[in-house]
Amino acid sequence: MSEQHGVRGEWPLYEVFVRGKRGLNHVHVGSLHAADDEMALRHARDVYTRRNEGVSIWVVRADAIAASSPDEKDPMFAPSGDKVYRHPTFYAIPADVPHM
Amino acid sequence: MTARPTERSTERPTERSAGQPGEAELLAGFEATIEHNDRIEPRDWMPEGYRRTLIRQIAQHAHSEIIGMQPEGAWITRAPSLRRKAILLAKVQDEAGHGLYLYSACETLGTSRGELTENLISGKQKYSSIFNYPTLTYADVGTIGWLVDGAAICNQVPLCRTSFGPYGRAMVRICKEESFHQRQGYELLMTMMRGTDEQRAMVQESVNRFWWPALMMFGPPDDESPNSAQSMAWGIKRNGNDELRQRFVDMSVPQAKALGVTFPDPDLKWNPERGAHDFGTPDWDEFMQVIQGNGPCNAQRIAHRRRAHEEGAWVREAALAFAARQTELQQTDDLAGDPADDLADEESTR
Repeated sequence: MSEQHGVRGEWPLYEVFVRGKRGLNHVHVGSLHAADDEMALRHARDVYTRRNEGVSIWVVRADAIAASSPDEKDPMFAPSGDKVYRHPTFYAIPADVPHM
Repeated sequence: MTARPTERSTERPTERSAGQPGEAELLAGFEATIEHNDRIEPRDWMPEGYRRTLIRQIAQHAHSEIIGMQPEGAWITRAPSLRRKAILLAKVQDEAGHGLYLYSACETLGTSRGELTENLISGKQKYSSIFNYPTLTYADVGTIGWLVDGAAICNQVPLCRTSFGPYGRAMVRICKEESFHQRQGYELLMTMMRGTDEQRAMVQESVNRFWWPALMMFGPPDDESPNSAQSMAWGIKRNGNDELRQRFVDMSVPQAKALGVTFPDPDLKWNPERGAHDFGTPDWDEFMQVIQGNGPCNAQRIAHRRRAHEEGAWVREAALAFAARQTELQQTDDLAGDPADDLADEESTR
C-alpha cells in the first residue's frame, strides 16, 4: 500500500476509545498512528491512559469507520426535529398526580 | 491479525491456555467485582450460570419489547386523530428500538441475533405474559401506557444498576425513553375521562381488564420464584418481585384516584401500620396458564412474529446480495483503474 512507502509514508491512523470505569461506555478520546492493532493498543495505553484514565481500551482503524457526513447533518437528523411528542414534557399531567 | 479476542465474549475458561489463572481464582475475582458493586463487562470471566441467566433474562426482556409492539400496533390505523396516531407510531417505534438495544446487549454474551429470533418463534424463550392479552378498545392504548409501562418502569429503574454493564447501559437508555410512554397513556386516559359517559366507562372497563395482569408482570411471589435468590446474589436483580409489586401498587393508587377510576380489587386499602396498601392476590393459576402458552393471544403473537420474520427474509437477502455486488464492482474498478485514479482516491480519503 502506498501509505507505507516514501517520505510521507506513515502508519495507518487508529481511533481510540477508553472505558473510564466498569459500567461506563467506551468513549472516543482521540487517535494515533500504529503499524498494527497490537501496537495501536500499546500506544493508546501510553498516550491516553497515563493517569488511570481507563480500565479498557478499544482501537479501530480510522478507515474502518463509516461516518455520517457533516454536510448531511440537517437532512440526516431532521426527521426527529419536529417530533416533540417523543418527549415526556409534551404531555401535561396535573401536578397533584404523583410518581409520573 | 493476531487472535486477540474481540469485545464479544465467547471465550470459555476451558479454552484458556496454561499459565492463566485457574477457575477458583477467576471465580474469586468475579465475586469480588460483584461484592464491590462493580460491573461485569463482556470480556471478563464469568460463571456459566451467570452467563446463562443473563442470556435468558435479557432475551426475555428483548422479546417482550418486540412482541409488545403488537397489541398497541393494532390501533395505529384506527387512532382517533393525527396527533394520537403520530404519538402511537412513535411509541411503537420506541419499543422496536428498545428490543434492539437489548438484543445487542444479549449478543455481547456470545449468542447471536438469529439464535435469539429462533428461540422466540420456536417458543424456547419466553416474553412477558402481559402481551398475551388482547387490546379490545382504544382505551387499552392509554391503559397500557399508564399501567403496563408504569409496571415496566418499576421493574426497569433498578435494573439500570444491574451487575452486567451492557444490560445496565441499555436500561438507562430505555428508562429515559419510557417516561414518554407512561405520560402519553395517562394523558390519553385523562382526555377520555373528560369526555362522555361512554368514554369514561370504556376507560374503567379497560383498567379492570389490565390491573391484575399488570400486577403479574412482577413475576410470582418471591418464595415461588425459582431464579430470584441467585439473581439477587449475582446483582442481576436488585429487588424482589413482591417488593416491586408493592411499590407499583402504592404508586398507582393515587394516580387512579386523580384519574377517577377504581381498581377491581375489594381487598385494596391503605394499611397505616405497614405504611403501604394491602391488596388481593393475583390469579397465579391464570398466570401459569398464560406463561405456558394458553393465554388469549399467545398463538397469534408468535404466528405474527414468525410471519413478519419469514416475509422479511427476501429483504435481508436482497440487502446482502446488493452489498456483495457493490464490493464486487468496487474490486473490478480497482483492478481496472489507472494510477491516476488511485491518486484521486487517496486524495479524497484524506
